[in-house]
Amino acid sequence: MITVLLAIFIPFIAACLVPFIHKLLTGRRIGWFVITVPLFLFIILLRLVPSLSDGASYLYTFPWIPSAGVYFSTHLDGLSMIFALLITGIGSLVVLYSIYYLSEREAIGRFYTYLLLFMGAMLGVVLSDNLIVLYVFWELTSISSFLLIAFWYHRKQSRYGAKKSMLITVTGGVLMLAGFLMLYTITGTFSLQELIAMRDMIAADSLFIPAMLLVLLGAFTKSAQFPFHIWLPDAMEAPTPVSAYLHSATMVKAGIYLVARFTPVFAGHVTWFYIVSCVGLLTMLWGSVNAVKQTDLKALLAFSTVSQLGMIMSLLGVGSLAFSSAESAQITLFTAASFAALFHLINHSTFKGSLFMVVGILDHELGTRNIRRLGGLASIMPITFTIALIGSFSMAGLPPFNGFLSKELFFEAMLSLKDANVLTADTLVLLFPIVAWIGSIFTFIYCMIIVFQTFFGEVPPPMPGQRPAREAPIQMLISPIVLGSLVVLIFIFPNLLGTYILGPAMNAVYPQFEGMAGLVPKIQIWHGWGLPIIMTVGVIAAGALLYRFLRYWKGIYRLGILQWTLDRFYNSLLLKVERAASVMTRTYMTGSVRDYVAYIMLFFIMSVGIGLFGFQQFIFDFSNDAAVEINESIIVFVMMCSSIAILFAKSRITAIILNGVLGYSIAILFVVFRAPDLALTQIIVETVTTVLFLLCFYYLPEWRTEHKSLSIRVRNGLIAAASGTAVTVVALLVQGHSLHPTISIYYETASRLAGGLNVVNTILGDFRAFDTMLEVLVLFIAGLGVYSLVKLRRKKGVDHSEEK
Amino acid sequence: MKKNDVILQTVTKIVFFIILTFGVELFLSGHNNPGGGFIGGLVLSSAFVLLYLVYDIETVHRGTPFDFKRVAALGVLLAVSTGVLSVLFGEPFLSQTTWLVELPVFGETELGTMTIFEAGVALTVLGVVVTIILGISEDVE
Repeated sequence: MITVLLAIFIPFIAACLVPFIHKLLTGRRIGWFVITVPLFLFIILLRLVPSLSDGASYLYTFPWIPSAGVYFSTHLDGLSMIFALLITGIGSLVVLYSIYYLSEREAIGRFYTYLLLFMGAMLGVVLSDNLIVLYVFWELTSISSFLLIAFWYHRKQSRYGAKKSMLITVTGGVLMLAGFLMLYTITGTFSLQELIAMRDMIAADSLFIPAMLLVLLGAFTKSAQFPFHIWLPDAMEAPTPVSAYLHSATMVKAGIYLVARFTPVFAGHVTWFYIVSCVGLLTMLWGSVNAVKQTDLKALLAFSTVSQLGMIMSLLGVGSLAFSSAESAQITLFTAASFAALFHLINHSTFKGSLFMVVGILDHELGTRNIRRLGGLASIMPITFTIALIGSFSMAGLPPFNGFLSKELFFEAMLSLKDANVLTADTLVLLFPIVAWIGSIFTFIYCMIIVFQTFFGEVPPPMPGQRPAREAPIQMLISPIVLGSLVVLIFIFPNLLGTYILGPAMNAVYPQFEGMAGLVPKIQIWHGWGLPIIMTVGVIAAGALLYRFLRYWKGIYRLGILQWTLDRFYNSLLLKVERAASVMTRTYMTGSVRDYVAYIMLFFIMSVGIGLFGFQQFIFDFSNDAAVEINESIIVFVMMCSSIAILFAKSRITAIILNGVLGYSIAILFVVFRAPDLALTQIIVETVTTVLFLLCFYYLPEWRTEHKSLSIRVRNGLIAAASGTAVTVVALLVQGHSLHPTISIYYETASRLAGGLNVVNTILGDFRAFDTMLEVLVLFIAGLGVYSLVKLRRKKGVDHSEEK
Repeated sequence: MKKNDVILQTVTKIVFFIILTFGVELFLSGHNNPGGGFIGGLVLSSAFVLLYLVYDIETVHRGTPFDFKRVAALGVLLAVSTGVLSVLFGEPFLSQTTWLVELPVFGETELGTMTIFEAGVALTVLGVVVTIILGISEDVE
């Protein structure tokens, strides 16, 4: 299905085009070009929805590095579809909103390039079937979000936030890659679909638990789960459209996607349930408790996102119990939890997206997001107020908004744990609904803070420079209105979503229960007087009471234990690492080439020594060696003479010439051994380096015999002797020892396979072309590095002279 | 440093082109005989280095109005793009193809994407070596 492949690449192509089109469409108008991309993709994806709900899925494979098992394969099924629709749908709205949000003076072209880059990367994450490809896109989302968070890079806080998010998510990503590689060693495939098919084999392997933990670490860091959530509030330094997009609808949900995607692989083990649901619930509680104390509306929303993501995560954890259940009634009970997770995922994107946009509007119109400076806006900004009300009440889980439905399902899922016979600890079963309930109370409180402290009460006296409040222009309101209407519409027609969008996704999460009755429960707006609704009533009552007396108990937050934040730990860790690094650097960067050579040699001797003595592999076998000809001995003799002579050279030019003699002798040796390619290379390299030497030579200080102390001379002599011995021993050992079967037979057919008679060249240009390509890249980077180092130093020198 | 090496300069004018030709020959013959992109590039760059040694930098710059950093970048671009090109034809990354083509003067000639790839290697080597040598020699003045 080429459409899916296009869906990934169109944003990237558009991102490349933005700088050029920006020259034609100056200012804000570039946004109208950008918006066509997600809108177009949204429409073509939407057209595939009916066929997906009929059970179709689109797999498209394309060889990338087939020899390493890496195929660029895309797979569109129900689960990917939810995310792809969110990415493109919310993406369109965010672009529309950003057209009016960003001022003309901003670097709009740069902004949209990053945004499209991010969009493509995110689509790549959810649509790729190959783990390596997924990983590439996964890290690309980290990088592009880094660029977006640091969009206002002149601010210190923006740079700090960007660095923090990048450090945490990329670390998690690398750990996840290790997990992927473990999965590869177990199964021999990188394909997600094949992994799911081989889940029994994976579960039986000893690497199962480590792989699971590593994959989860990747997901948790990305989805800002406790204790990795600390990057998300700082990421709020990004422009508000970015926050609405990355930190509510898309990037943070990549972790959720990963957990949902890997549920069929790992969920058979009860550890998965414990980790995912406990971390999720803890995150939910921690996030909601911390959200209440925030005074910046955006920071409040950031913590609420952390909390809501935790809630979705815990639901996925509970949903995994279906794999270890035997009775069909239980299976239905637990699959309902995953259903609630996916349902809440969509709901969260709608209401949180609209709330972020509302905060952006407030910031844009009033110049502040501080709750203390806001108030009484309900009559001045009626539309904004309505949207905020809808969004917050939905987040608090109140009817008639979609958050109510998923919140009820959440309570139901947490209560269903008591029926699980896989769990033995009774206290834990009780603890789950209680923690969920407390978390919901705090959620209710901060939702009320958003609505009442911003829109009701007295209008605080305007600060100097604060603009008078007025309703935002209608263009800026379109996107939040659309999202707000969705919040209500989903409440009225939840089952439409259930059948067409969530149903196929459930099949992807539970492949073995596909088509089972009850896998897609019918969502009822009124579900009777059960325990969940009583819990909701309790949330409202307790929440309202606590909100009413907020100022009396808010002092609790100043208590020691709550003051202790992970942020401080992160900052001190960063500082310590920097200090250790600078101490390390100062110790070994002495500025003396001799020292560096000594370090390299010592390391070499050590590794060879450990290798040889550690494995006791001293096998000298000279039986197969060819006889040494007289001309070869002469060349070697010349080499030995010249190298010894260098030691006693009186002038630099003698040393350079002797070194040249050494190099050309090696070239002659290559000729004797019938390696013309090597000989040619050696001769030319020798020539060029001699020229380089001569260039430097002109400017080098006088050649002096150094008078070092005896101990240093002995030390240097020992290092030199030891490295010479090591090289000799290795060279002799290689003769009688072959670890691997020889590969030269493979190259006998080189001319047929690669069409070239020169085997060296066919290896370089064909069989190992990938190596050569990367070598060329390295060479290029090294060249630029040398150039810029040399240039930079000179520039600095000029500056110094000016200062004088 | 005032120079008065008429002989060297006169010889260089001719030798420069001989070296260049040799470099191109090495590069082209690499497929079936000793040679190839790396050596070819090195020979080409040694020709330029010779030029820089004999004449001063400004004179050579007037004669060769291109930036060697860009030459290196072009080389990398060529090497990478041949790899990408094969992807567009549905082959794995970096697959090389050769064709036998009947050319009017040269007769039956082998043309391959490997030559483009090697050209990329050669240009990168040329660009990087000259950039480094120029960088160092400009620096110390």
